Amino acid sequence: MERYYQPEIECASRDDIERWQSERLVNQVRRVWENVPYYRKKMEEKGVTPEDIRSVEDLKKLPFLSKADLRDCVRIHSTSGTTGKRVVAFYTQHDIDLWEDCCARALTAAGATKEDVVQVSYGYGLFTGGAGLDGGSHKVGCLTVPMSSGNTDRQIMFIRDLNATIICCTPSYAAYLGERMKELGLGPDDIPLKAGIFGAEAWSEEMRQDIQKTLGIKAYDIYGLTELSGPGVSFECSAQAGMHINEDHFIPEIIDPDTGEVLPEGAQGELVITAVNKEAFPMIRYRTKDICSLTYEKCPCGRTHVRMTKPKGRSDDMLIIRGVNVFPSQIETVLLNHGYAANYQILVDRVNNTDTFEILVEMTPEMFTDSIGKIQELQKTLSMGLVSMLGIRPKVTLVAPKTIARSEGKAVRVIDKRKI
Amino acid sequence: MSIKQLSVFLENRPGKLYDLTALLAAHGIDMRALSIAEATDFGIARIIVNDVDRCALALREGQFIAQLSDVLAFAVPDEPGGLHNLLKEFNDARVNIEYMYAFLGGEPGRAYMIFRVTDTAKAEKALTERGLKSLSLGEIEKG
Repeated sequence: MERYYQPEIECASRDDIERWQSERLVNQVRRVWENVPYYRKKMEEKGVTPEDIRSVEDLKKLPFLSKADLRDCVRIHSTSGTTGKRVVAFYTQHDIDLWEDCCARALTAAGATKEDVVQVSYGYGLFTGGAGLDGGSHKVGCLTVPMSSGNTDRQIMFIRDLNATIICCTPSYAAYLGERMKELGLGPDDIPLKAGIFGAEAWSEEMRQDIQKTLGIKAYDIYGLTELSGPGVSFECSAQAGMHINEDHFIPEIIDPDTGEVLPEGAQGELVITAVNKEAFPMIRYRTKDICSLTYEKCPCGRTHVRMTKPKGRSDDMLIIRGVNVFPSQIETVLLNHGYAANYQILVDRVNNTDTFEILVEMTPEMFTDSIGKIQELQKTLSMGLVSMLGIRPKVTLVAPKTIARSEGKAVRVIDKRKI
Repeated sequence: MSIKQLSVFLENRPGKLYDLTALLAAHGIDMRALSIAEATDFGIARIIVNDVDRCALALREGQFIAQLSDVLAFAVPDEPGGLHNLLKEFNDARVNIEYMYAFLGGEPGRAYMIFRVTDTAKAEKALTERGLKSLSLGEIEKG
């Protein structure tokens, strides 16, 4: 005998089937009319209202939906998924245009003109870095070199052979480029770069100074999130004093991350952005988890859009160690101030209910001496610098050069083994 | 005359010294003397080699951090009081020793000492005035 999972439905009468279909169709049409402007618009164009749809007989009054309608979205990108599952973002052509405009503004602020050669060394693909700056560079009319990330020696060769004047990549990769150049015996005068646009990672003012010196360029910060297009939500100008948020597309707020209360200008808190001009992925009051503050003060560059401070790091990046808030960017600041390279890794674990906190720091030829005592003294000075910045004492371990994995995309700065 | 010593940064972890000896072996570099100083998380291997320039280059290419320094080498009779008599001269010349290590070889019946002093040039001069000449690399080579 035939078996059914839901016999009363699978073997229902034709009348019953049509009655269900009619009821549900009427409801569904009312729902999309009320909630989905796209369907409403299509129905209005055909002169149909929900009142016209009374049964399945009226189905033919409704407009068709074709593949072309689904193609309003022209692109997807996705987050790197470092803090969990990847988030996929959709873009209409309008969204791509406004995003590329934002990146073009960032490039222009960094000095780009039609005469420039822009090497885009952000990853291409699902990551927004490559596509965003590439699009912006085209809009400005620069000669665009779509290098993507990796293969450092080839990057340096292209910079020199093609006379690249502007480079776009993550700050940690820029620092690595500088290191590799040193190894190859190349100095800032051996490359034609004049500016760099670095983002997708939190980086400190000290790291900026370091990159500016080793590459002989001006280093500009750029900020963005895949959920809000990608890089270009805000960008630095020649004043290098905060990033201008593109307010024609994004409305910023600063909130207390614990209470959600909106904080006044100048107060530090979590950045919340409302994307008012995006079609495919309209974000209303999106919590970025980035900690910064805003200023509406006039900028010497002449731009009127509000400026945000360099994010101290995502609230996701913030570690709570023995009850103290620690941002990796604070550690980077101390390291660079003490003459170490910004190559470090933070190891956190929990042993006998107490957090252990260790920072691996790479030894550099400049810091090395033949005397154990002198090295230990430097280690102690560094440790004291970290205590005064962080409020807790980490164990500082010196490791051999090149032992901490170099990022060609994003750096893995934190290994948190605590199971909380 | 002083001798060039190479000091190499090593992490205090299994296999790190092995990495260093592997590099020296691969480049056919002969160690004449070796001493290791250790702290909790790192150590410094101090070596005297037959070809210091080639060794320094190999270390750099192998991504080791190394530094050259000047040290003084002396031979002492391998008998009671041998080192003591030498140190008397150091003491009289007010030479401050930061560290030292010994190795055997060269002429039988003699021990060789490597001294790292605070001011090598000054120490050399003071010791020469007292009739003590430090040895060259050639002089501490295997007999």
